[in-house]
Amino acid sequence: MKFSEQLEARYSDMLTHYPVKRSLLVPFLLYTQDEFGYVTDDAIEELSRRLEITALEIRNVISYYSMLRTKPGGRYNVQVCTNICCLLRGGEEMLAHARKTLDVAVNKGVTADGVFSVEEVECIGACSWAPAMQVNYDFHENLTPEKIDRILDEYRLKAAQQ
Amino acid sequence: MANLVSHPDEVKVVTKRFGQGAANIDRYLELDGYKAVQKALELGADGIINEMKASSLRGRGGAGFPTGMKWSFVPKESAKPKYVLCNGDESEPGTCKDRLIFEHDPHSVIEGAMIAAIAVGSHDVYIYIRGEYRYLLEIMQKAIADAYAKGFCGKNIFGSGYDLNVYWHGGAGAYEVGEESALMESLEGKRGVPRIRPPFPAVVGLWGGPTVINNAETLASVPHILLMGGKQYAEIGVDRNGGTRLFSLSGHVERPGVYELPLGYSLRKAIYEVGGGIANGRALKAVVPGGSSVPCLKPDEIDISLDFDSMMKAGTFLGSGGIVVLDDQTCIVKFALRTIQFYRHESCGWCIPCREGTDWLSKSLKRFHAGGGVAKDIDNIRYLAENMLGRTFCPLGDAAAMPIIGFVNKFRKEFEAHLDGKPCPYEKHPALSQLAVVR
Repeated sequence: MKFSEQLEARYSDMLTHYPVKRSLLVPFLLYTQDEFGYVTDDAIEELSRRLEITALEIRNVISYYSMLRTKPGGRYNVQVCTNICCLLRGGEEMLAHARKTLDVAVNKGVTADGVFSVEEVECIGACSWAPAMQVNYDFHENLTPEKIDRILDEYRLKAAQQ
Repeated sequence: MANLVSHPDEVKVVTKRFGQGAANIDRYLELDGYKAVQKALELGADGIINEMKASSLRGRGGAGFPTGMKWSFVPKESAKPKYVLCNGDESEPGTCKDRLIFEHDPHSVIEGAMIAAIAVGSHDVYIYIRGEYRYLLEIMQKAIADAYAKGFCGKNIFGSGYDLNVYWHGGAGAYEVGEESALMESLEGKRGVPRIRPPFPAVVGLWGGPTVINNAETLASVPHILLMGGKQYAEIGVDRNGGTRLFSLSGHVERPGVYELPLGYSLRKAIYEVGGGIANGRALKAVVPGGSSVPCLKPDEIDISLDFDSMMKAGTFLGSGGIVVLDDQTCIVKFALRTIQFYRHESCGWCIPCREGTDWLSKSLKRFHAGGGVAKDIDNIRYLAENMLGRTFCPLGDAAAMPIIGFVNKFRKEFEAHLDGKPCPYEKHPALSQLAVVR
């Protein structure tokens, strides 16, 4: 398989960071996921070949890190925090609202049009601005149900324009 | 982007450059940037460590270990390369301070890590930032590139003949990786499973080389200490607890936010004056004073000095400085349940007491909160948690057990109020109490 030019450049740069090449694995897997939407079988095979470790070792690493996935999510992954600080300020209600609005019944479920997925996540480091969520890597804080609706509308519009 | 707040009682050392565009290297230079590292090169290893010891700076990640002493443990001679590793995996629930440092003053972390490297004779620095903080990783990548472009990193820094490389590294979502040995495993491209100690990282760390691991806030404090002098920094705080800390105030306070307060500041004042008191005119029920891992304090226990030693004497910890405030409408059982569900999710499963303990505690508390509890469950929950203490490779097991023991000991009546199928007295939405009973 081929990586994009950008991903290839990232790979070559990161190789220079470490005395042992597999050290780039964790952050590079996330960059790979950003490119393909998830960590694909092909990407795992490719990295296994390049880093000279087995595909199993790579899968073993993937299963440990909660941001890495081996199945596609929505184009915009809505990650609502319900950990203690968000809980105290309505995190569960925000999650319920996002699920209901997007009609996603199960955790990590994807909408029928593939635009969104909704995931309940652990603390994202927005405790003083709770309740909070991330859509892909963007933080959205001090949420209310109305604010969530506005944010989702913006992403929906973005998806339609692409 | 997170909002900045301020309060007249704050002593701005680490946050001095916040909101002033210091992520830009030229602006950082105008604000005394990269002066401390040049001073460090003049002072040399022993001189730096003496200043650090005089400052009585203690680790800001949570353990509170004296930084100067930690650096002095690294052997002077080593056959393998030595490393400095900045822990920016901030993920203790209730803690959101390193995020502001990376956003507003990334160069202070680079500079602090460089000084640590000079102090221990290391030529390679890694700055590890959690995966969720992608925008901060990008800020850091640019900051490092800018520092190289100015010739501050790389070969022969500041004409000293000292070579010093700085690298960024990113995580991919794992609380446990904030533990130092798991952090090294993660940086080596593995699952973040902890290592047994000894050997300690100062002797055998990254790729087998001696390694110093410091929290981002600790390292961001270092340049300020060298510029103002260790003694002066120490005087800001209290005995054996030098300087300031970034406290993340969250939960039911009127003005949540990250505030930089001197160590030794009163917890009561932090809640009622800095935080503006309890939101919506309610009363205080409990405060979790150092991130989710520490035992809570009751309202009659908050006249206490925010320093490592006083908090320990009171049976809790200053931890990561995450102060979570709970008002009188909060269900402690529900809060305990959400706390343990987090640790259950984050336990890597390597050590059985943690893997099984967090799972059983989670199941018991879920059943209990749903009204399926019987009287003996209360002691069983405490007994289970107590038997996790000290029986795991890394402190995640302790971190899961300690808050639960605290909740049971201090709020037993609330547990009793849930017994015998009674609905949760605090549940706003009765439907949620109808959770499936797990037996």
